Amino acid sequence: MTITPSTPKNALPWWRAQLPLLVMSAVILVALPLALDLFRLNLVGKYLTYAFVAVGLVLCWGYGGILSLGQGVFFGLGGYAMAMFLKLEASDPESTKIQSTPGIPDFMDWNQITALPALWEPFHSLTFTLFAIVAVPGFLAFIIGLAMFKRRVGGVYFSIMTQAIAAILSILIIGQQGYTGGVNGITDLKTMLGWDIRTDSAKYILYYVNAGLLIAAVLLGQWLLKSKFGKLLLALRDKEERVRFSGYDVAAFKIFIFTLAAMLSAVGGAMFTLQVGFMSPSFVGIVPSIEMVIFTAVGGRLSLVGAVYGSLLVNFGKSYFSESFPELWLFLMGGLFIAVVMLFPNGLAGLTDSWREWQARRRARDLPRPTGAAPAPTAGDDTPPPSNLRAEGGAA
Amino acid sequence: MSEKIVLSVENLTVSFDGFKAVNDLNLYVEQNELRVIIGPNGAGKTTLLDLICGRTRATGGSIRFKDDELTRMPEYERVRRGIGRKFQTPSIYENLTVFENLEVSYPRGRTVFGSLFFRRDQLLLDRIEEVARLIYLDERLDDPAELLSHGQKQWLEIGMLLMQDPELLMLDEPVAGMSVSERQKTAELLTRICENRSVIVIEHDMDFVKRIAHRVTVLHQGKLLAEGSMEHVQADPKVVEVYLGH
Repeated sequence: MTITPSTPKNALPWWRAQLPLLVMSAVILVALPLALDLFRLNLVGKYLTYAFVAVGLVLCWGYGGILSLGQGVFFGLGGYAMAMFLKLEASDPESTKIQSTPGIPDFMDWNQITALPALWEPFHSLTFTLFAIVAVPGFLAFIIGLAMFKRRVGGVYFSIMTQAIAAILSILIIGQQGYTGGVNGITDLKTMLGWDIRTDSAKYILYYVNAGLLIAAVLLGQWLLKSKFGKLLLALRDKEERVRFSGYDVAAFKIFIFTLAAMLSAVGGAMFTLQVGFMSPSFVGIVPSIEMVIFTAVGGRLSLVGAVYGSLLVNFGKSYFSESFPELWLFLMGGLFIAVVMLFPNGLAGLTDSWREWQARRRARDLPRPTGAAPAPTAGDDTPPPSNLRAEGGAA
Repeated sequence: MSEKIVLSVENLTVSFDGFKAVNDLNLYVEQNELRVIIGPNGAGKTTLLDLICGRTRATGGSIRFKDDELTRMPEYERVRRGIGRKFQTPSIYENLTVFENLEVSYPRGRTVFGSLFFRRDQLLLDRIEEVARLIYLDERLDDPAELLSHGQKQWLEIGMLLMQDPELLMLDEPVAGMSVSERQKTAELLTRICENRSVIVIEHDMDFVKRIAHRVTVLHQGKLLAEGSMEHVQADPKVVEVYLGH
C-alpha cells in the first residue's frame, strides 16, 4: 500500500472547501453594507471587532483547550493604545487653550496633572502606536503564559487567574483617573493624522478595513490549524502528557497560542476605538471578557467562521433585548451560555454539521445499498466523520 | 561486559510524604536488551518508569542514560535524547487520524515555529508507512484513531514511539486488555522492535513475560527483590513468596 497524505476532504476544490469563509465574506463585505443604514452598519462594525477576540478564542480555547476569561484585557490594551494616540492628536494646544495646562488631554487637566506623563509621550507617533497595539498585549500575554504554563498551571486555575487579571486591570484603569481617564475612559476622539474619523465616509472606510483585517485573521487561523502546529494543538488539548512525552515543550506551544490570541484581540480593540470613537474600562473587566467567551461558544468553539457569526448574533440579540427588556438581558445571556454548553457544545457550527451529517445519512439510506460493502465511516465524500474535528466545515 | 550499558539507575529513591515508592534502587539495562519488570501491585514499577521519563522527580540517586544525567532534565529533553514511554492506558489522540497520530509524533518540527512551517516529505511518508506496517495498522491510516479497538490503540501508541526511533523504549503493560491473538502479535512486535534498541516492559502476564523477556527484574516495596533469567527468578523462593505464589 502506498500512502497518500491527501484525505478526501483535501481533495475538494478550494472554493468548495472555503465556502463557509466565502459566504461569511459576502455577508460582511456586501450584504450587510447594502442592507443596513450607516448607523446600523457602524454597530455591526463594532460587533465585528469582538469577532477578533472570538477568533483568538477558537484557536486558544477551542483547539488549544486554554480557556481565558480575561481576553478583555488584551482587547482593552489594544483599544487604549489606539485611543491614546487619537487623544493626543485631539488635544493640540489650539483646541485645549481654555485648560489650565493646554496641550494635554482634557481629563488630565481636570485631575490637576500639569505635564504629559512619560507613559503617554511615545503615543505621539503613529508608528509606535501601531507597534504598541500588538506588542504590549502580546508581551503581557507572553509573561502571563510564561508564569502560568511553565509552572503547569492549567484548566480552571488558569481561567481564574485570567479573570483576576481582568479585574485588576479594570480597577487600575478606573483608579488612575489622571492617567487613564478613569471610568469614563478616553473620549472625544476626532482625527487620525488629520483624517476625521467621525465622517460618514471614514466610517465606511473603517468598516471595510476592519472586515478585511478580520478575514485576514480567519485566514491566518486556518493556515495555523492546517499545519502540524494545529494538530499538536488538538493533541495537547486532549492528551497533554502524551505530547510532552513525545518530546515537545508543551508550555512553549501554549504560550504561543495564548499570545497570538491576545494580539488578535488587541487588533479588535484598536479597531473598536477607531469605529466607536472612545475606549473605556467597561470593555476590559470580567463581564466583557466572559461575554466574549459566550460569543465564541455560541458560534462554535471549533469554527473560526462560526466565531464571527456568534459575535454578530449575540450582539444583535443583546442590543435588541437590552432595548426592549433591559432587566432580562443578563438572565438571557446566562441561559444562552448554559444552553450552548449543555445542548449544542459545538455551537452553531456544530449544529450545521449535525444537520449535514443527518442529511448525508438519509441520502445513504435512500440509495440502494452496494452488496458486501463494509460500513466504512469515511466512505462518503460528503459525510463528515463523527469527529468534532470537522466542525470547521460548518456555519455555511 | 559483553554489551554496552545504556541506562544505569543508581541508589534511586523517591519519597511521597515519607512513603518511599522507590527505595535505593539499582538497575542496569544493556543495549538491545528486552527487560521485563514484574512485581506485586504497589511495588513501584510504574513509579520507576515515571522517574526515568521525568513524570516524577527523584528524591535522591541518579539516572544516567548513555552519558547524560537525567534527574534534572526536563521531560522533553529526555525524549529528545532517545527515551520513549508508553502509558498504561492507551494514550493517543482520538480526534486525529492514525496517520496524523504518527505524523505528530515524528521528531521533526518539534519547536513552535518548526511545527508551523513543517512540510510533509517523502522521508516522513516512508517512515509512517514502515511503522504502520509494523504495528499492523497500514490499512487504517485514514481512520480517526477513536475508531480503533483497544488493542489497536495500544499498538498505535507503540507506533507513535517508534516514529521517534528511541534508543530506550519503556512500555507499561502493553498487552493489558488484549485478546489472545493480539497478545501473540504484540509479542512478535516487541521482539522485532528490540533488535536495535533497549526495551523495558512492565507486565503481569507471566506467559507473555516468558515469551519475550531476556532478563527479568522483580520489584517489591520499591526495592529490587531478584534479577536474572525467567527460570532463575521463578526458582527464587523470595519471589515465589511475595509474588508468583499467589
